[in-house]
Amino acid sequence: MPSIEKAVHASAWQGSLKIVDVARARNLAWMHVAEARVRGMLKWWTSIAAFSLGNPVLYLFSVGIGIGALVDANGGSTQLGGVSYLTFLAPALLASAALASFQEEMSFPIMEGFEWDKSFFAMNSTPINGSDIVNGIVAASFLKTAVTVGIYEAVLLAFGAIDLSVALPMFFSALITGIAFGAVMMAVTSYIKNDDGFFAIIGRFVIAPMVMFSGTYYPLESMPIYLQWVGWISPLWHGTDLGRVISYGSPQQGWIVISHWLYLATWLVVGLTLAYRQVSKRLAA
Amino acid sequence: MIIARGLTKTYGEFKAVDGIDFEVRKGEAFGLLGPNGAGKSTTMKMIASVSKRTGGELTILGLDPNKRGPEIRAHLGVVPQQDNLDRELKVHENLYVYGRFFGLGRKFLKAKVEELLEFAQLTEKRNAKAEELSGGMKRRLTIARGLVNEPEILMLDEPTTGLDPQARHILWDRLFRLKEQGVTLVITTHYMDEAEQLCDRLIVMDKGKIMAEGSPADLIKRYASKEVLEVRFGSSKNVEIAEQIAHLGERIEVLPDRILVYSDNGEADLQEILKLGLEPVTSLVRRSSLEDVFLRLTGRTLVE
Repeated sequence: MPSIEKAVHASAWQGSLKIVDVARARNLAWMHVAEARVRGMLKWWTSIAAFSLGNPVLYLFSVGIGIGALVDANGGSTQLGGVSYLTFLAPALLASAALASFQEEMSFPIMEGFEWDKSFFAMNSTPINGSDIVNGIVAASFLKTAVTVGIYEAVLLAFGAIDLSVALPMFFSALITGIAFGAVMMAVTSYIKNDDGFFAIIGRFVIAPMVMFSGTYYPLESMPIYLQWVGWISPLWHGTDLGRVISYGSPQQGWIVISHWLYLATWLVVGLTLAYRQVSKRLAA
Repeated sequence: MIIARGLTKTYGEFKAVDGIDFEVRKGEAFGLLGPNGAGKSTTMKMIASVSKRTGGELTILGLDPNKRGPEIRAHLGVVPQQDNLDRELKVHENLYVYGRFFGLGRKFLKAKVEELLEFAQLTEKRNAKAEELSGGMKRRLTIARGLVNEPEILMLDEPTTGLDPQARHILWDRLFRLKEQGVTLVITTHYMDEAEQLCDRLIVMDKGKIMAEGSPADLIKRYASKEVLEVRFGSSKNVEIAEQIAHLGERIEVLPDRILVYSDNGEADLQEILKLGLEPVTSLVRRSSLEDVFLRLTGRTLVE
C-alpha cells in the first residue's frame, strides 16, 4: 500500500502538546461549533432562502392585503391606533418569523446532535463542552434568523408596511423575540430522548395558540380578559407589541415597554441556563 | 499518562465500574477486555474525560478529568464504538470541522486533511457526504478524524468491528507506527487476536472489576496451559468420554460440540487417548491463546 507509506511518512508527527493551543481552542469554542452548524445549514440554503422569501410574500398578500382591505374599509383603523391593517400586522409577522426560524433550529437539529448522528458527542470529545455547544448552536441560529428577518423586512419595505427609518430597531426587536423563545425551546428539546410526535405537539398546542392569542392579527385588548393571559406569558406578544411601538409609535406606557424587554431577557437567561445544565448533563451520562 | 486508583462509577444503585486500579505508561498500548456490560465503555468514557467518576482517583496527563476535562481532551484522540460523523457534511469537511474544534489553524488543517484522507484511503470520496459512505469507510473516517490533533493518547473503542481483514491489517500497521512515534494507545476489543497483536499490556474486566492484568503472553502463561488439544467425538458421546480421559492434561473442559484438554503437550495427550482405544472424529493441537484466557476468566455464558 504505497499510499499508506506516503501518508505515514509525509509529515512529521509533532503531537498535540505542540500543535494544540488549548487556550485558543477554549476561547473560540462556541465559534467553532457555530461554524460547523452554519456549514450544515448551507447544505440547505436554497430551501432556507425560498422559505424566507416565500413566507412573507404569501402572508402579506393573503392576510395583510386581503383581510387588510376588509378591515380598513370597515373603519378598523380607529381600533388599531389609526394605522392601516398592514402596518398593524407587519411587526407581528416579523416577530413570528424570527420565532419560527428559531423554533426550527431548536428542534430537529438538537435531536440530530444527541440522538441521530450524535454529533454533539463528537464535539464533546474535543475541548468543546456543553455550554459551548449551546452557545454555538444559538449563535448559528441567530445568524440564520438574521438573514430570514432581513429578507422579511425587505419585503415589508417593498409592500410599504414599515418605514425604512425603523427597519434597524425592528430588526433587533424581532431577533430578540426569536432568541428568547429559542433559548427556552433549546432547553426543552435537550430533555427529549425520541421525537414521538413531540415537535408536532409543540407546533399545534404551543406555537399555534401562541400566534393566535398574542395579538398577532388583532389587538390583544380586544380579546376577553380571561384569554389575555395567553398573550401576557407569550414572548411573541411582548415582541410584537415592542415592534408596534417602534414601527408606528403605537401608544404604550413606558413601564410596559420596559417590561417587554425585561420579559424577553428573562426568557433568554432562563432558557440558556437550563440548556447549559441539561446539555452538559446529557453529554456526561 | 493515566493513573486510576479505586476508580468507580455508579448509576443509582448499579456499579458499572467497581473500584479498579490500573496505570498506563507513555507509549504503551493498553487493552481493556471483557464481555458486554463489563464496564469497559464506562471506563473509556471516564478516561475520555466526558463521564465523571463517582469515586476513587483518576489522573490523565497529570490532570483531574472531573475538573479539567476540556484541557485533557485537547490531547486525546477518540474513536467511539459508534461512528458519530456529521452525516450532512462532506468527508473532508468532517475532518476539517473536527480539527477546528481543537482550535487548529486553517492552513495546518488544509494539509492535515489531505494527509488523513490518504491515510483513510478516502481521497476519492472526499466530496461525498458522510452518510453516503459504506460502513467500513465511515469507520476509517472516524479513525482518521481521531488523529487530526496528533493526540498524545489515542482511545479506540472496538476500532475494527465491521472492518474487512484488509482494512483491519492496515489499521494495525498504522497503530503500530503511531505507537513507535510515542503515542499511547488505549483499546477495547472483542477480538483476541487484535489484543494479542496490539496490546503490550491489558486488563480483563468482568462485572465492573478487574479479573486479571498483564501482557498477553503473561496472561496465557498464568491462566492457560501451553497447548490445547481439541477432540470431537460427536455431541452425544462427549460427556461420557470426558470421564474416561479426565486424568489427562492440567484441566479439561467439556463443551457441547467438543472436549478441550489444556496441557503442556497436546500431542502426547492425543496419543494417550488413542491408546485407550478411543477414536475422535477430529482432533487438533494448538497453542493456547488469549481467547482461552478470556473465556476462562469471564465464563462462556452469553451476556445479554
